[in-house]
Amino acid sequence: MNNDQRKQSAPLPAREGSGGGSKVDIILCGVGGQGILSIATIIGEAATKAGLYLKQAEVHGMSQRGGDVQSNLRLSTEPIWSDLIAQAGADLIISMEPMESMRYLAYLSPQGRIVTSSKPFVNIPNYPDEEALQKELDTLPSTKLDIETVAKDCGNPRGANMVLLGMAAPYIGILSVESLREAIATVFSRKGEQVVEANLKAFDAGVEVGAKQ
Amino acid sequence: MKKLLLGDEAIALGAINAGLSGVYAYPGTPSTEITEYIQSSPLARERGIHSRWCTNEKTAMEAALGMSYAGKRALVCMKHVGMNVCADAFVNSAITGVKGGLIVLAADDPSMHSSQNEQDSRFYAKFALVPCLEPSNQQEAYDMMAYGFDLSERLGEPIVLRVVTRLAHSRAAVEVTEPMAEKALSPSTDQWVLLPGIARQKYAKLIEKQAAMLQASEQSIYNNVKESSSRRGILACGIAYNYVKEAVGSEANLVKISQYPLPEEKIKSLAERCDELLVIEDGQPVVEESVRGLLGAGYRVKGRLTGDLPRTGELTPDSVAVALGKEAGAVFAPAKNMAPRPPQLCQGCGHRDVYAALNQVLADYPEHRVFGDIGCYTLGALPPFQSLSSCVDMGASITMAKGAADAGLFPAVAVIGDSTFTHSGMTGLLDAVNDKANITVIISDNLTTGMTGGQDSAGTNKFEAICLGLGVEPEHVRVVVPLPKNMPEITQVIREEIEYKGVSVIIPRRECIQTFKRHAKQRTLPQTPPLQGGE
Repeated sequence: MNNDQRKQSAPLPAREGSGGGSKVDIILCGVGGQGILSIATIIGEAATKAGLYLKQAEVHGMSQRGGDVQSNLRLSTEPIWSDLIAQAGADLIISMEPMESMRYLAYLSPQGRIVTSSKPFVNIPNYPDEEALQKELDTLPSTKLDIETVAKDCGNPRGANMVLLGMAAPYIGILSVESLREAIATVFSRKGEQVVEANLKAFDAGVEVGAKQ
Repeated sequence: MKKLLLGDEAIALGAINAGLSGVYAYPGTPSTEITEYIQSSPLARERGIHSRWCTNEKTAMEAALGMSYAGKRALVCMKHVGMNVCADAFVNSAITGVKGGLIVLAADDPSMHSSQNEQDSRFYAKFALVPCLEPSNQQEAYDMMAYGFDLSERLGEPIVLRVVTRLAHSRAAVEVTEPMAEKALSPSTDQWVLLPGIARQKYAKLIEKQAAMLQASEQSIYNNVKESSSRRGILACGIAYNYVKEAVGSEANLVKISQYPLPEEKIKSLAERCDELLVIEDGQPVVEESVRGLLGAGYRVKGRLTGDLPRTGELTPDSVAVALGKEAGAVFAPAKNMAPRPPQLCQGCGHRDVYAALNQVLADYPEHRVFGDIGCYTLGALPPFQSLSSCVDMGASITMAKGAADAGLFPAVAVIGDSTFTHSGMTGLLDAVNDKANITVIISDNLTTGMTGGQDSAGTNKFEAICLGLGVEPEHVRVVVPLPKNMPEITQVIREEIEYKGVSVIIPRRECIQTFKRHAKQRTLPQTPPLQGGE
């Protein structure tokens, strides 16, 4: 995908908010340490630059130690009241782990979508049967992908979260894919050009393979 | 200028820009990021604003009170249970009064995301007879710092600023103002010696000030009134206001409560316009109980006590919507292939080796009990270790082991972290030494305050000296390195010290794996920047 195509790829329409503007409510989730807060930071940066209202509730503290983690991210063209997303209110669940993507089903809107890594992170003895888990995920409105392999293939094995963000990008209707690319460049700029390029590459790979799903 | 800030960061920046001269705090979720933000603020550094971590909340509260005495603005931050630790100093600071503005920031944790209870700090403000501010969003959290310092100086009293986890740890854009200058040194010339005769006079003064506090609440820009034709009145406290707005928009007849004592006239006027009141508050039913008293038994007041809202746990947009008669709830059924994923000790963490060794030795003592404490190592209560019998409050491991040993329990073992030991364990150890209690204390030293993300630990490099100074016999202060390869040595040491009939202290010492990784990264960063999108 070249830059021109990227600009032309029209974002999906965002959901209409109560006041007539548009909004997107996202649940970001995974296991502590998988890098969901970086995804939140990048979406937050893009939303701020686009002049959108934003609220982002994070989990800190005890839950971060290898347990389930999630962040509620709300973007809107109008002021946002609640820091938390209501049940059946999330337009998008973006997850670094397949079982975790289903932990928040109560929050998924009937028109909503799950975008998730397909690779289980097994750090508990009673992790469900993987085949049954993948099958159940297939019955839901979901897009899944082995993001770790994609990240490795594009030379940035620790950029799986950027691959995931790329996959989810077309569904974040209120933000363009290009605005997310710019946000990645801004957020990682203090770590040097090399890091920015590696993360953009992972993100682009995510956009590309996501489109084929 | 707008900045995207966590609630905690908004508080921190609000304080700095309001002319803060010192923050005093002990780390505790969800309050930790306030002090961390001030520690990393260039302006705070340039101004020399005090921001070093304190040993516990009591030392923090007292130091902040001292700075206030000297005429400067001070902030003391803690999680809700920290209020219990500093309560002596806090309650009496209302009697002495303050000189420089003093804000006591209490971060409550309804739903106990990272805590052992969900006590409500608004009770403390009421108990001490001082005002309480409860912001509903990040902007108010920022604005209330300057407002709170002014109010504190005008009333000559400390102000409690109460937030909850969802505000502390949620980000939103905040309009930031220009920084004000710090206050000049101007020590109080008032009487602060709380001898009974003086304290009686000071207490009478505090009572006199109640009318001014009430008037401040009635006139507060933060206690807004919204009128509509609805016959149901709503009292929405702090962030509850957002959930109400989310559910009913502007169709509400309500008073938003963000400043206490309760604005009684505003509430009575709302009650007159309506047939019933619904009190929506995050935490305990503090306002609901007060309003019942205010309006009398004949008026219908609903809330957590009547079951219209859940009695426990944090409010959610869903629970508030239901209480307001709106439809709410899930569309998708819960997933079938699902398992809980509790937090756990990190792979490679030294606490793991401590519990492995302890379990191995204690298998030979079926009557043993291990009394735990507050920190990452509390996770030793969960599988695979399941080593702990108790975890109550900071420092309780040592004193509970002592009490159980006094009763005849053997072996009585205490497991406490380095930071928790200096926070509240040292005094208990002195009790044990003076009583020659038959206990074994394990100070699992990872050289940091790990649970809250790796803040400096007050006693680092001082533990042997502290234990010896408190009178533990030198041959019963043992240091080991918790690594799997040292298991024979560690188990041998534990066994010997359990068999010793007196106080022994074992210090397994190895750096926290998280801070170790961070330090390793800092050491290598200039040469090879890591290629990752990680946190």
